[in-house]
Amino acid sequence: MGEKTLMKGAEVIAEAAMRAGCMAFFGYPITPQNEVPEYFSRQMPKLGRVFLQAGSEVAAINMVYGAACTGTRVITTSSSPGISLMQEGFSYIANSDVPCVVVNAMRGGPGLGDIAPAQADYFQAVKGGGHGDYHSIVIAPYTLQEEADLMFDAFDLADKYRIMVVVLVDGLMGQMMEPVEFKEWVDVKKFKTPDWATVGQRDRDHRNIITSLEILAEGLEKMNFHLQEKYKIIEKNEVRFEEYKMDDAEYAITAFGTIARIAKTVVNMARDEGIKLGLIRPITLWPFPTKLIEKRAEQLKFFFDSELNAGQMLEDVKLAVNGRKPVYFYGKLGGIVPSAEDIYAEFKKHIKGDR
Amino acid sequence: MKTVYKKPEPITNRPTTYCPGCPHGIAHRLVAELLEEMNLTSETVIVWPVGCSVFGYYFIGTDAVEAAHGRACAMATGMKRTHPESFVITYQGDGDLASIGIAETVHAAVRGEKITVVYVNNGNYGMTGGQMAPTTLIGQKTTTSPYGRDPKLTGFPMHVPEMLATLEATAYIARASLDSPQHIIQAKKFLKKAFNAQVNGIGFSLVEMISSCPTNWKMTPVAAMERIRNEVLPVFPIGEFKVAEGVE
Repeated sequence: MGEKTLMKGAEVIAEAAMRAGCMAFFGYPITPQNEVPEYFSRQMPKLGRVFLQAGSEVAAINMVYGAACTGTRVITTSSSPGISLMQEGFSYIANSDVPCVVVNAMRGGPGLGDIAPAQADYFQAVKGGGHGDYHSIVIAPYTLQEEADLMFDAFDLADKYRIMVVVLVDGLMGQMMEPVEFKEWVDVKKFKTPDWATVGQRDRDHRNIITSLEILAEGLEKMNFHLQEKYKIIEKNEVRFEEYKMDDAEYAITAFGTIARIAKTVVNMARDEGIKLGLIRPITLWPFPTKLIEKRAEQLKFFFDSELNAGQMLEDVKLAVNGRKPVYFYGKLGGIVPSAEDIYAEFKKHIKGDR
Repeated sequence: MKTVYKKPEPITNRPTTYCPGCPHGIAHRLVAELLEEMNLTSETVIVWPVGCSVFGYYFIGTDAVEAAHGRACAMATGMKRTHPESFVITYQGDGDLASIGIAETVHAAVRGEKITVVYVNNGNYGMTGGQMAPTTLIGQKTTTSPYGRDPKLTGFPMHVPEMLATLEATAYIARASLDSPQHIIQAKKFLKKAFNAQVNGIGFSLVEMISSCPTNWKMTPVAAMERIRNEVLPVFPIGEFKVAEGVE
């Protein structure tokens, strides 16, 4: 670990990705994440790595797909409307078992929406987005330090499971500045072209074909079973979350990303008034910490979910709670970020009957 | 005994899925012959399209990927940029390349990607049952232009090589035809130059191959080849549209 550097969130993403061994970036400009490609465009040529601005997000994700098929650590970054355009590619990548990392700095939608921070792409990232039965690992950091650290995990998980990893942040995470300590550079000289990569057969005793196509239904069902098996293993091994003041909690806020950071302040405000509030912060949105929430439902009087959307993760919280306790919700839409006071006031509306 | 004719080494033993009389087999053979002759097979990756040749990797035995519809040139870009030592070909039809994939194709050409595009144009969407394509001739009846293509409604046939030849970073752009032995020999010569353009790192190369579609044209294979000569080639003339310095 080195010294702390004051950096903008978008640049943290790029710097951390390069240190994690990202060898290629393909992308298309979109606000609020343009500092990511701009940073890559300055730094990647100095490292002898690939930076390429594509003609569209559609082209960008297919360049990522091509690079991923060669077993190269590759990334694209975009924001909500651009991510919508990439969904076709995500679906192909999923059924091709190739690894890549995608960052979505979410902005207000639907449609062109605005460029303010939002979390309204939760469904799209967690529930699929593209066609077919598939999942991507979805990681949601809540500070720039965690963002810097998780970029390494994103590439490692992508390679380990040959899967797309989405780093889901909001526009605020891309635009704010914080001191960050970066991990050491990964030695990319140690990278080897994987045995499955399509780079020309050369000395291999078999040729490689990467395709998401299988015209026989029985064969395609097998491919789907393979994916589902992989997803089961990921659900078993890779769930990540943080709990804050949950040991004696009677109430819990569930929140991810920026809003989880505000929620920590809310927890402290409640504790100052003697209210036993805690925070459950999923770090992986898929796989989701279902079992944890299931367990915590025993001790809690109710859950209070807060998001920068109309209630998306809320559905996964409710599924985990399964009707045993009330799950209340407070969300802001269109790019508005609530203050800790706003959230606390909303939370307290529900507590009156309990105390 | 002297071998005068054999199956090129990259062609697999698998029976093709193409209709009787379809020239895809000829185009596959030209690609395979050149890969063998130029000793490129083991470093080659072919990006296959969505269309009749979607199963092309079953018939040419190199490393291969299967692109989404129209995205072959973008996928090839990702492969070639990260592995410049690979020989990267896209094999695409006219619906795939000239319609849904035109943006990816043009921008790959603008950037001068060092890839080679084999562009097989049969004037309609073959696999989906013969719908109109951007390359369909004026007056030609298809399942989605049942009264014949009307330029007032859908414009005129699209000339991809002529368009791409205007772009500075293109190395070699040509149009060949698969209708006769003479033209097929010429097609191979063009394709060899296109391959060389990539091998020598000069830039983007593309050879359009005018093809037939006997099934959807509702013609015998022989009549379909005659139609190419009588109706298609007058609209889509054979020739080299761009030969950059250094292309042999």
